[in-house]
Amino acid sequence: MARAASLQRRTATTAAGWIVGFLIFFPILWMVLTSFKTELEAFSTPPKFLFFHWTLENFGIVQERSNYLRFAANSIILSLGSTLLGLLFAVPAAWAMAFAPGKRTKDLLLWMLSTKMMPPVGALIPIYLLFKNTGLLDTRGGLIAVEFLINLPIIVWMLFTYFKEIPGEILEAARMDGASLWKEIVYVLTPMAIPGIASTLLLNVILAWNEAFWTLNLTTTNAAPLTAFIASYSSPEGLFWAKLSAASTMAIAPILILGWFSQRQLVRGLTFGAVK
Amino acid sequence: MATRHASGLAKTAIAPSVLVLFLWMIVPLGMTLYFSVLNYNLLDPGNESFAGLDNFRYFLTDPAFFAALGNTLKLVGGVLVITVVGGTLIALLLDQPFFGVGIVRLMVLAPFFVMPTVSALIWKNLLMHPVSGLFAWLAKSVGLKPIDWFAEAPLTAISLIVAWQWLPFAALILLTSLQSLDQEQKEAAEMDGTPAISFFFYIVLPHLSRAITVVILIETIFLLNVFAEILVTTGGGPGLQTTNIPFLVYAQALLQFDIGGASAGGIVAVVLANIVAFFLVRMIGRNLEA
Amino acid sequence: MRTALRILAGAGFLAGLAWPALADDVKLTIATVNNGDMIRMQKLTDDFKAKNPGIDLEWVTLEENMLRQRVTTDIATKGGQFDVLTIGTYEVPIWAKKGWLVPLDNLGSSYDVDDLLPAIRTGLTVDGKLYAAPFYGESSMLMYRKDLFAKAGLTMPEQPTWDFVKTAAAKITDPATETYGICLRGKAGWGENMAFLTTLANAFGGRWFNEQWKPEFDGPEWKAALTFYVDLMKNYGPPGASSNGFNENLALFNSGKCGMWVDATVAASFVSDPKQSKVADQVGFAPAPCQVTCKGANWLWAWSLAIPAGSQKVDAAEKFIAWATGKEYLELVAAKEGWANVPPGTRKSLYANADYLKAAPFAAATLKAIDTADPVTGTLKPKPYVGVQFAAIPEFQGIATSVGQLFAAALSGDSTVDEALARAQALTTRAMTKAGYIK
Repeated sequence: MARAASLQRRTATTAAGWIVGFLIFFPILWMVLTSFKTELEAFSTPPKFLFFHWTLENFGIVQERSNYLRFAANSIILSLGSTLLGLLFAVPAAWAMAFAPGKRTKDLLLWMLSTKMMPPVGALIPIYLLFKNTGLLDTRGGLIAVEFLINLPIIVWMLFTYFKEIPGEILEAARMDGASLWKEIVYVLTPMAIPGIASTLLLNVILAWNEAFWTLNLTTTNAAPLTAFIASYSSPEGLFWAKLSAASTMAIAPILILGWFSQRQLVRGLTFGAVK
Repeated sequence: MATRHASGLAKTAIAPSVLVLFLWMIVPLGMTLYFSVLNYNLLDPGNESFAGLDNFRYFLTDPAFFAALGNTLKLVGGVLVITVVGGTLIALLLDQPFFGVGIVRLMVLAPFFVMPTVSALIWKNLLMHPVSGLFAWLAKSVGLKPIDWFAEAPLTAISLIVAWQWLPFAALILLTSLQSLDQEQKEAAEMDGTPAISFFFYIVLPHLSRAITVVILIETIFLLNVFAEILVTTGGGPGLQTTNIPFLVYAQALLQFDIGGASAGGIVAVVLANIVAFFLVRMIGRNLEA
Repeated sequence: MRTALRILAGAGFLAGLAWPALADDVKLTIATVNNGDMIRMQKLTDDFKAKNPGIDLEWVTLEENMLRQRVTTDIATKGGQFDVLTIGTYEVPIWAKKGWLVPLDNLGSSYDVDDLLPAIRTGLTVDGKLYAAPFYGESSMLMYRKDLFAKAGLTMPEQPTWDFVKTAAAKITDPATETYGICLRGKAGWGENMAFLTTLANAFGGRWFNEQWKPEFDGPEWKAALTFYVDLMKNYGPPGASSNGFNENLALFNSGKCGMWVDATVAASFVSDPKQSKVADQVGFAPAPCQVTCKGANWLWAWSLAIPAGSQKVDAAEKFIAWATGKEYLELVAAKEGWANVPPGTRKSLYANADYLKAAPFAAATLKAIDTADPVTGTLKPKPYVGVQFAAIPEFQGIATSVGQLFAAALSGDSTVDEALARAQALTTRAMTKAGYIK
């Protein structure tokens, strides 16, 4: 069916979209630009937008000073590992709560969220002691476990929300066609939930990627991810804007790629039309 | 819809998550409760003694406590309003197919990618600084006096930074939820000549209500514990204007390695969070089941 | 794609858990602060490795407060995560008394302990034993713009007073050209604004606690000092002062906006470096201003390396510490990066070295500042605590951070000076009573 959207409306939407996007993105853009400036120009007034002395020296310094690849590898292992582990636990749980809800489903969901209420500063020493006594300090396994546990409630909630929006009739139809439970999940449910799973994956990978409290306190060298890499650049004595910006730009590069792929999954109405 | 075999299976499906989260909750909570009734200073290990409710009394009678409580609620409330309203509008915008929508989506998501301490530093020093920041330069270019954000309106400044960080989260969840809105309803409404505003309030908003509830509840849990941004920009000041409950726990107890005090503060924070959650659920909780 | 991701993550997970440990070399994990000198040291470790094959170095670099928290947590819970610690003159007395540090008796015959600057050595010695070896020392001093002074017809006296500073600032300040007479720390923090304000109060004759450990914020000296500070900054300081720390002031001074700046001696090397300062060739140095006294008017701080008690790697750690804080290291840095970049403030021999004095015009002023800072007797009235700009008691960090917040509020105008002082007095008394100092 042809969309009868007027040219005027489309231009307005495009303009609005780009303006909003640019405004929100601007601080990041500023950070990336700063990473190409010298320290002196990084805080100069009036601020220079494009016509400054472009240099790659900050990236060089950062790479020389710390082993970016090792930190990045740890970050990738940590974020992907904990999120995929979380999906493994959460998909069945969210399925059950969305399609076979009971009286206590809402309470259960709220209880899960309440496990996140303790401020980390309050629980630091108990967890540190626990990790020390079980030999988990500075191990990737220990850190993955912590990230998995703190994000599990979020993953469950998000999947629950998206599963709830899948019309039950589709599952009924599949069941009446004779599909087993397993087939129901893999061949019918999952494809329809792709936008939801993609956005859950993205947001939780980011939450684990940027988590700076436990990752800084429970690691020293073996398991330290990019958050530790960046933390070493905010110096109390001495100028560091350009270097910090460069380190940060390097730290978000992998996420930008993941983000690009994830947002491509946000395609509307893929299969819902199929019901009718 | 739920068949008999499904409900038994459902319990099995939920069990692993529940078990694992239960352990994660009970062990630290138990240890924290235990420490909170002790006089336990990390610098004096081996000298612990029973303190009863002293730690709680000390924390709650701190002259800064009510200020911290107020700041916590103001911060959470302010950021929620900005992110939910802004997130909804942005989600609607990004739902339209226009030229380069993919890139714009990535731009909108970008604030969430950067580590919170780094964004806070960039905002504080490169953008908001009254002498060398970008905003100051813009203000001076049009003849206005630059605002000294962190002296005149520190909590507002921090709320802005935190809201900017969380806007992508809200926008993404709401956008994903919009994906499942039935296209045919929309086209039918257009053919009927329904004005866009009515369409929004009567069709779109109810559809989004569950997602909005989820955004509010998840964000509240995170926002009650905002800490890093405050530490890095204002250190809780000037005075007590940006001290919230987690920062109070940090300054009061953790900085002095008073573990008993920090644990008591943590328990108080949990109680507070439960109260807030209780009220929130009363107000919007039914949307979860709709 | 999702399947591929799953496989990748699974493989990564397993690989991560099964990472083989290098068992041949002794691995030293060093916790350190991320200032320029330490960063430089990390680049020069090949020299250490050549002299000490079989010892591997791993660095954990963090910002000061985070480092302190991490290291304290680890040492108090006997976590054993670090083999060499970077700690300051604040922690050493406290931890040495608790028996948490290994006394450094075996640093080798060529180490020359007597070459260490006396003030710093005192700060790191407890009961006659050295518990930490300094690699960086600083005091505070006054830096000023010679060109602005000349233009205003001013000459800097040999020992300026705060009254002089005020009159000079009045003559230099010109908001129209964004020139502010004086830049000082205002950001809340025990190591930020309170480090400076404590020395200011010292200069006005004050102290933190009297001999019975009662705080003296209700006394005339602190009132005079704080009123002077707020007044000076309101009239002649830059906007945003209440959130300006060391870095922000450095940025302001380097871009030419400050006429004077009282801060750490290490700043001298930054402001006279043409690569980062627009006014590099116009900077003069003077001792930190006095007022009714010069005692305690300039602070003392040293970053030093220590070994946690109970460590299994004491030998290797001692070798590393001897290398990092020995005389040969200074020569190594000079050879590779020039004399101006040598870590300052630790050894007498450095300040007797002609090449160093030529490359660092601020050297003499720095030495004088460190020599006159006395952590034991450094205030006009006697005090029960050790430390110039801090009190070496565990409770100080938390108390001074809260007091720092209150004073920042006085600066930003959110409270009056009297209110801030009264609240500081109440808060400190409360904390000291709880900790058992005040009976």
